[in-house]
Amino acid sequence: MIDEFDLTPNQLDAMREIGNVGAGNAATALSQVLNKKIDMNVPKVSLVPIEDVPDLVGGPDALIVAVFLRVYGKAPGNILFLMPKENAFFMVDDLMGRPHGTTQELGEMEVSALKEVGNILTGSYLNSFFHFTNIAMIPSIPSMAMDMAGAILNIVLVQLGQMGDYAMVIETKFLAEDDSVQGHFFLVPDPGSLGTLVKAVGVE
Amino acid sequence: MADLIKVGMADYKVGRSPSTLISYGLGSCIGVSLYDPIRKIGGLLHIMLPDSTQARASDNPAKFADTGIPLMINDVVALGATKARLVAKIAGGAQMFAFSNASDIMKVGNRNAETCKQILRRNGIKIVAEDTGGNYGRTVSIDLATGSYKVKTIDRGEKNI
Repeated sequence: MIDEFDLTPNQLDAMREIGNVGAGNAATALSQVLNKKIDMNVPKVSLVPIEDVPDLVGGPDALIVAVFLRVYGKAPGNILFLMPKENAFFMVDDLMGRPHGTTQELGEMEVSALKEVGNILTGSYLNSFFHFTNIAMIPSIPSMAMDMAGAILNIVLVQLGQMGDYAMVIETKFLAEDDSVQGHFFLVPDPGSLGTLVKAVGVE
Repeated sequence: MADLIKVGMADYKVGRSPSTLISYGLGSCIGVSLYDPIRKIGGLLHIMLPDSTQARASDNPAKFADTGIPLMINDVVALGATKARLVAKIAGGAQMFAFSNASDIMKVGNRNAETCKQILRRNGIKIVAEDTGGNYGRTVSIDLATGSYKVKTIDRGEKNI
């Protein structure tokens, strides 16, 4: 097993590039669903101390909406799509063709819409990994929560925490031209998975 | 204005009146507080996992219930608290995402709570209040002037236990 901490700059680049293509697919899919232009940044691949991960999304007590999917297969991991509460509500309004500000709480319909967005993003994102590595990554059905960022991130950090004190995260930010949609998309490979992916790409 | 001392994930802090110790955004994690009501000295520990013996490589004992709790007991006693007088309050241990086939790791909140109680009992420390379980996050703080342990949530208000 290749240890994540020993990845070479080239291997990190390869992961970033695969993430980039995946995020591009996901952004295209999202802009089609929402019918507006969505920009995304080049993914960051970073190694963060576990206790600092909540700071990536505004601190442990920031109120966020999260769609969570578990990834199965030879390179298992977790996917989290995180949005500030207001942006999640705007996104629901866009999806349902209502004016911004209509959504005030998340009912069954709204939750289902957001989960579906999580599904679409994840599918297009993981496709890129399959394309480059030929390793199938199969997502679970999505689950959603609206709560404090720290509490939500516990779920992935606990798994990583059993293995070490650092988390490897591949992170992309999405932003709509009118600022109404913004979100963070995280792929957090299980310990060992990144090594498997890098090996499959064949980059030294 | 009394100090507000922040306790991060997998960390602990000890202090004395009139400070307040606070830890933000606990999900499946547990906030364990200790308090000596006479000396007004206490501590707050934010653990992530129950058992250090089942984990690989870590040099942070505050991440686990079994290693973190004894460490915090030592530190509050070193600060002047009397061990026999210490009382504990615990909060957290939620399951944030519901899955029908929830694996063990999803239910870690529950195991965290059980292990904390076990370790506290083994060390002869009385648990006087508890707010664990559910599917929501908590922010916890202990006011070392009074020993009051405040549990704040997003949708379920806040309470002192």
